[in-house]
Amino acid sequence: MMLEKFAVRSLLAGVAMTALLATPAFAVTPADTLVEGFAIDDIISMDPGEAFELSTAEVTGNTYDLLVRLDLKDTSKVKPDLAESWTVSDDGLTYTFKLKPGMKFASGNPITAADVAYSFERAIKLDKSPAFIINQFGISGDNVTEKAKAVDDTTFQFVVDKAYAPSFVLNCLSATVASVVDAKLVKEHVAAVTPSADYKWDNDFGNAWLKTGYAGSGQYKLREWRANEAVVLERNDNYNGEKAKLARVIYRNMKESSAQRLALEAGDIDVARNLEPNDLDAIAKNADLTTTSAPKGTVYYISLNQKNPNLAKPEVRQAFKYLVDYDALSTTILKGIGEIHQSFLPKGDLGAIDDNPFKLDVAKAKELLAKAGLPDGFKVTMDVRVGQPTTGMAESIQQTLGQAGIKLEIIPGDGKQTLTKYRARNHDIYIGNWGQDYFDPNSNAQTFASNPDNSDAAKIKTLAWRNAWDIPDLTKETEAALLEKDSGKRADMYKDLQKKILDTSPFVIIHQQLEVAGLRKNLKGFALGPSFDTNFVGPVSKE
Amino acid sequence: MSIAENQVAAGRGSARAVAILSSLGRFLVIAVTTYLGLLAVTFFIGRVIPIDPVLAVLGDRAPTAVVERTRREMGLDLPWIEQFYLYVKAALRGDFGTSVLTTNPVMSDIRRVFPATIELATLGTLIGAVIGVPLGVLAAVRRGSLIDQIARIIGLIGYSVPIFWLGLLGLVLFYAKLQWVAFPARLDVVYEYTFTPITGFYLLDSAMQGQWDVFYDAYRHIILPAALLGYFALAYISRMTRSFMLNELAQEYIVAARAKGLSETRIIWGHALRNAAVPMVTVIALSYASLLEGSVLTETVFSWPGIGLYITNSLTNADMNAVLGGTIIIGSVFIAINLLSDLLYRLLDPRTKVG
Repeated sequence: MMLEKFAVRSLLAGVAMTALLATPAFAVTPADTLVEGFAIDDIISMDPGEAFELSTAEVTGNTYDLLVRLDLKDTSKVKPDLAESWTVSDDGLTYTFKLKPGMKFASGNPITAADVAYSFERAIKLDKSPAFIINQFGISGDNVTEKAKAVDDTTFQFVVDKAYAPSFVLNCLSATVASVVDAKLVKEHVAAVTPSADYKWDNDFGNAWLKTGYAGSGQYKLREWRANEAVVLERNDNYNGEKAKLARVIYRNMKESSAQRLALEAGDIDVARNLEPNDLDAIAKNADLTTTSAPKGTVYYISLNQKNPNLAKPEVRQAFKYLVDYDALSTTILKGIGEIHQSFLPKGDLGAIDDNPFKLDVAKAKELLAKAGLPDGFKVTMDVRVGQPTTGMAESIQQTLGQAGIKLEIIPGDGKQTLTKYRARNHDIYIGNWGQDYFDPNSNAQTFASNPDNSDAAKIKTLAWRNAWDIPDLTKETEAALLEKDSGKRADMYKDLQKKILDTSPFVIIHQQLEVAGLRKNLKGFALGPSFDTNFVGPVSKE
Repeated sequence: MSIAENQVAAGRGSARAVAILSSLGRFLVIAVTTYLGLLAVTFFIGRVIPIDPVLAVLGDRAPTAVVERTRREMGLDLPWIEQFYLYVKAALRGDFGTSVLTTNPVMSDIRRVFPATIELATLGTLIGAVIGVPLGVLAAVRRGSLIDQIARIIGLIGYSVPIFWLGLLGLVLFYAKLQWVAFPARLDVVYEYTFTPITGFYLLDSAMQGQWDVFYDAYRHIILPAALLGYFALAYISRMTRSFMLNELAQEYIVAARAKGLSETRIIWGHALRNAAVPMVTVIALSYASLLEGSVLTETVFSWPGIGLYITNSLTNADMNAVLGGTIIIGSVFIAINLLSDLLYRLLDPRTKVG
């Protein structure tokens, strides 16, 4: 019949249009380009004076240089980067850095001490999130040009307000906020600003431009950042050390672990960066692929708000530490992505201890609860960010707490939502992670073991503050460790501090994060570093 | 504007012009009120969600002093009503503020992401209509036959299976196993940095520039998500076509046409379908509009940088300027498509023809 012929024909035409598919072909990324699948949706700004996010740290680490850098062979020390040497004055206040001669920025401009001074000036005056790493040395917008200045073209001087442990000062100067920017280039892009009570300066120090722009001297230069899509790096041929092996690095925003795995297996990406345990497992078993991991300075913990009268009892705090099934967690939800670690300093820090005294012990926990006058347990809530590993951990903890009669109600929420509540101290129990702000024991000691003012209107809000843990004595000890010049003695002070709070703190620290990556086997030289700004891509090549 | 109102809106000469004008006027009033409502509701939802917007700008690590300063800079210390007033004032000038996440003006972000969604939705709707209409017609004509059963099953799956599941399944099969289609993105890495889009519609741009390898690559990337959206559109369109056709085929004029001795082909395609085409336009337009909203799940599964993904990302990051801007743009598109299908209706419906 005519009718059917016509209908069938138009149907077929439609089907053919959809089904006209490509011939099968195995995808390969270009030989001179490294393509990584990576969740980079946390990036807010590429300005090293402003950026404080994990993915940005990796980009900044690869595209900017510093005076000194973390020594990857011994992460309790730093090594020269742009500076070839430095001296500390006898009073412990003046640090003098001598720059290597004849270095250039990617733009071709020479690197001078004036560039270093300008980089400090703009970071302090902009006063964005990471500025505190430098202004904690008594440096403010009013005195920065005096305290951080160029003596001559190759000599930079940095003056601090107290005789701090030199290791502390140098570690802080290895943070991305101290990255050296090309002052000449940045100054071509400054925008005028009308000064106000909050911002006293008449220009933005190139901040608007540097949000997406680039003015560095690293192994790679930033070519492009397209929010939520990609970051593209290109080799810097003016680099002052060994040049990068590949011409280009592309970070593609991919959020899903399963999608990353598919793309890695198909050869569309060379590296997958956000893998969950099951996908990691599958990749490890694939003959074309391999995996790598490195412990990062991030610890996962649950914390007990001391505003809750039950949780404020010392025995209850202690009981919680016996009510986590560390072994079960490490063989399931955390397999390959976390190592059990119960003290607040991550392994790799100066003075970090790796005593893990707690095990699941329901009987002991019940005893402690009875001592606290709560033999039948109690009801309590926990705010949990939806996603792994937090959800899985929370469910495991809910079950083990139940064994001691504690009824845990899980309140699931989006990350920013649970964080908003936590920051306002409105939670009972919070589960989360804390990555150190800079590679020095003070970063975590300050937040876990000090709380200078426990009032709601406090100016400094540490994690101890967020859990209303009032600890004037520990706060003093933490401050004292900052001023210990001898690195060995300083390490001992942190060991002591960690041991003291293992038992008493409202923090049940569970594990240290292992950062993992799945790779194609033709990659050479790919290694994850001890911190997010030391995941260097310069040494990576392809076979 | 309901179908009934339109059908009644028949007339001649000036009376007809008046009718059209007054219905346009009514339409404008509806559009403006809808806009204002949309603005108000989204704005206040954005303010009551328990997320601190400063957190989106600064992250968790900013010192307290910086947080307080930023709160003032963002005007968050002002009363709600004042914030809303300032927002509407700026929005009327076409300024939806700056996105926290991308640091671009929201409008320029939308100009960048919307073409991706339009391209996908257009192709999806095309697939849905080109296959769905004949399938629906066949199912109606051969009621109870095998093809009708197949159409029914296709429809049922389309209504009941979650789109992301089908999407993942498609990826595993066509991308991971068979390697027929390219991986989730708009273009391969090789092309992404050598190809300069003009309009943002990659298929169109590459064809215009004669870069056929890019065209082919873009096609390999778009075809799976488009086919997926097309499938869901097809399920809906073929069911609706079938029922409209059944309705037409039962009319007396069909009997008359048959008695007149017209060929079956002419009766079905020339008369019945032509009359059924009038409500079909609304069905297809609505399904197009709903795809234009950005099929959030499809865009997520296929890493398709369209407006659905943009708004979802912004929402989870409490980037309210972007959410509000995106919502308003989508609202405008929805209203515009409604207006357009209304106009088409007038053109197609023989009862509104000037005699």
